[in-house]
Amino acid sequence: MVTMTRRGVLGVLGAAPVVGGLGAWATRRSTDHGGQLSARERFQRLHLPDVPLVTAPGLAVHFYTDLVKDKKVLINFIYTSCTEQCPLATANIARVQRMLGAPVGREIFMYTITLDPVVDTPAVLAEYASRYDVGPGWSFLTGKPADIDRLRRALGFTFQNAEEDADVDNHVGMLRHGDEPAMKWAGVPVLGNPQHIVRGLRWDLMDAASEA
Amino acid sequence: MNLLRFQVDRAALRARRNRQELIAAGLNRRDMLTMALLTGGGFLVTQQGLSAWASGSSATPSSFGLGLSPKVTPFVEPLPIMPVLPLRPASAFTPAPTIAANRTINPATGLPFEGRTESHQFRERFPVQQQFITRMGANPNVSVHPDLPAQTFWGFNLGDTDFAADPPLSPGPTIVTRYHAPTLIRRYNQLPPQAQNGGFGVPETSTHLHNFHSGPDSDGGACDPVQARFFRRGQFYDYYQTMQYAGFDSTHPPLGNVEEALSTLWYHDHRVDHTAENVYKGLAGFHLAFNEFDTGDENTGLRLPSFPAFDIPLLLADKLFDPDTGLLVFDTFGLDGLVGDTQLVNGKVQPFLEVRKRRYRFRVLDAGPSRTYRLFLTNPDNLSQSIPLWQISSDGNLLPRPLEIKSFLLGAAERADVIIDFKKIAERFGNPSRIWLENRLEMVNGRKPTGTIFPAGQGTPVLEFRLLGGNVVDNSFDPEPVASPRVPASVTDNVFAPIALPRIDNLTPRLTRTFRFERGNGQWQINGQLMDCTKFRFTVQRNTTERWILQNSSGGWEHPIHIHLEEFRIVRRNGRLVRPGEGDFGRQDVVQLGDEDIEILMQFRDFRGGYPMHCHNTVHEDHQMMLLFEVADVGDNKTAP
Repeated sequence: MVTMTRRGVLGVLGAAPVVGGLGAWATRRSTDHGGQLSARERFQRLHLPDVPLVTAPGLAVHFYTDLVKDKKVLINFIYTSCTEQCPLATANIARVQRMLGAPVGREIFMYTITLDPVVDTPAVLAEYASRYDVGPGWSFLTGKPADIDRLRRALGFTFQNAEEDADVDNHVGMLRHGDEPAMKWAGVPVLGNPQHIVRGLRWDLMDAASEA
Repeated sequence: MNLLRFQVDRAALRARRNRQELIAAGLNRRDMLTMALLTGGGFLVTQQGLSAWASGSSATPSSFGLGLSPKVTPFVEPLPIMPVLPLRPASAFTPAPTIAANRTINPATGLPFEGRTESHQFRERFPVQQQFITRMGANPNVSVHPDLPAQTFWGFNLGDTDFAADPPLSPGPTIVTRYHAPTLIRRYNQLPPQAQNGGFGVPETSTHLHNFHSGPDSDGGACDPVQARFFRRGQFYDYYQTMQYAGFDSTHPPLGNVEEALSTLWYHDHRVDHTAENVYKGLAGFHLAFNEFDTGDENTGLRLPSFPAFDIPLLLADKLFDPDTGLLVFDTFGLDGLVGDTQLVNGKVQPFLEVRKRRYRFRVLDAGPSRTYRLFLTNPDNLSQSIPLWQISSDGNLLPRPLEIKSFLLGAAERADVIIDFKKIAERFGNPSRIWLENRLEMVNGRKPTGTIFPAGQGTPVLEFRLLGGNVVDNSFDPEPVASPRVPASVTDNVFAPIALPRIDNLTPRLTRTFRFERGNGQWQINGQLMDCTKFRFTVQRNTTERWILQNSSGGWEHPIHIHLEEFRIVRRNGRLVRPGEGDFGRQDVVQLGDEDIEILMQFRDFRGGYPMHCHNTVHEDHQMMLLFEVADVGDNKTAP
């Protein structure tokens, strides 16, 4: 039976265990915590892998447990030899950081991850960061190429078209922001007007009482 | 016929493409064999679902579970008909609705009672005659199919305070209004806290009345440089509609131009950056506007089939369900668009509808997020038949002459009203017991349809009509004798007079503006600029006409472009004049923009304030394929703003 085959396939493909036949759904009670995993756990498994990374000062961290879990975060990707988009993006994020002010490093954490981990060692990233007005709460990260690539895909910094996706010059110029425990995520163009970006961040992450 | 059975050559084609996608997604042949995805001949074991999974997702397939939705049996439940939102007396409103926004702090929440910040325009001139209340919330007991678990959707209720007795519905209740009866709808945001969203959905909301001629205070747009557009949990928002035709304060005082009558509208969430997930989670419904011509009674006026018995809204929505849990899932991090593999109509998977042998008016809506449909009538017991139907509106606006068609195209957010005559089908097509409304257009990702039209019976039947026997009264208008091409269409057509196509030959555009939709580094731009909620890109002079050229150079994408405030007329596609008898020859609020130039003519009448133009592939929209413009007494002259 086709359906069973497909379910079997998924049991292998996905991390989730294979559960009973189709009929099982009919009797299972309504819940937002379907199966054994909560919605938040499922989201983490799909989108927020716990890959090992290294910060620019050389500290070993894990993406989910150390950088994202229970936090509000901004995430983007750059590489230091990129001469067009990346310097503008990093400078713009620096403006965003200044405008956000004190919450950065306390409530909100910012992560810039390299797309070129072979070249961009922690020392290279530290030197790169020193050229910008990087305040506390903003980390630059590198790691193993396979881990970086997995993270990039899981976070949606990817093109469906393989050729397009392989062109690093054409990397996705997005600033991903999210509130991890609240499962509230969005993405804005990283080169957008910083006032516009910060207003959206306030709406989504900070000021629950600001309407306009 | 068996829905899962495809012809061998098609299966091979599809399997090959799916396999390529899997490879592109990072799985090699050995991985696939290990996982028993491939047979020895190189075919994928399954045909359906993989495309959506491999392409709709931005994560690796090994970590992502989207798209292989549980396969369920179609046509096991009847089509739900959304209830009509009941009118409420003025006494039901505490505090009473005010023209200025009610910014008094509600001690229970610490927030202003109302999310609105602007005053209702023209409300003194057109006092409220009809009032409604609805409450937005989560319904944890929604069943879309008996084989899938009861689960949470977000929706709108009928206005009572007790969700146990009056649960939120998705689609929401149908709001029925009449022209010249000004309307106020109070929406309460009682959505659950953010962290109880089940994985996606944002409990701040802006409810757009799609296609109505609304003031910016009640349009339900995405954002504004100064004003609030969305409102929060614990707040309400009073949406006011003059229910007058466009032109009431400009070209056609005092009540507007009847030729601008709108009939099939819909309401949906428009929360900036989060519209796709919120609409996908259920925040959408129909809003119908009748008048003394399009009356809802087939014995009066234009005699269109009577509402609600024979005038039925159909909200089409394609979804993904988690293969492990059977729960609705959303690809939060996808950029291209979301194409589902499970088809819902009015909240049920592939339902059936028992119909009498007479004419029906179906108001068909593509509620997105990204799919384009081409819908046919299929006799599953005789696939060689080619069954006609009659389109009477585009985007809910009556056409100057009905079109006799064999299929119709619907992009995201578009509507078409069609007349299906089951008596004629019975008489002419061998008295079939069932007829499918079948989508035969292939779409495997959010970019655009592949262009492949499946043969009859090999697409996705979204709805099965079951023809009941016996004679039944039908006093409704028969479009067949007057439909194009039987009667050649012309620029003077007015079959539904006085709701004719407004003249445009007497309009002189104040200026021509060009908008180039582009994509760079995966981000959307219009004329090289990114979206900015903090400023208006340009200012249109109130009560003038403008010619806009929409250009798409994003390369292999199609975008349903939607402009708020008024409909437009498509004048040319790639320099070629749109002619009577074509589907584009009517009033539109969405236009499918492929790799082409489209020239439209639009008026900006009556209201002042800010409105958006955006892509209505809501995934693109949420990634900021949008701009804001302002309508003011003095306009600017930016030709490429």
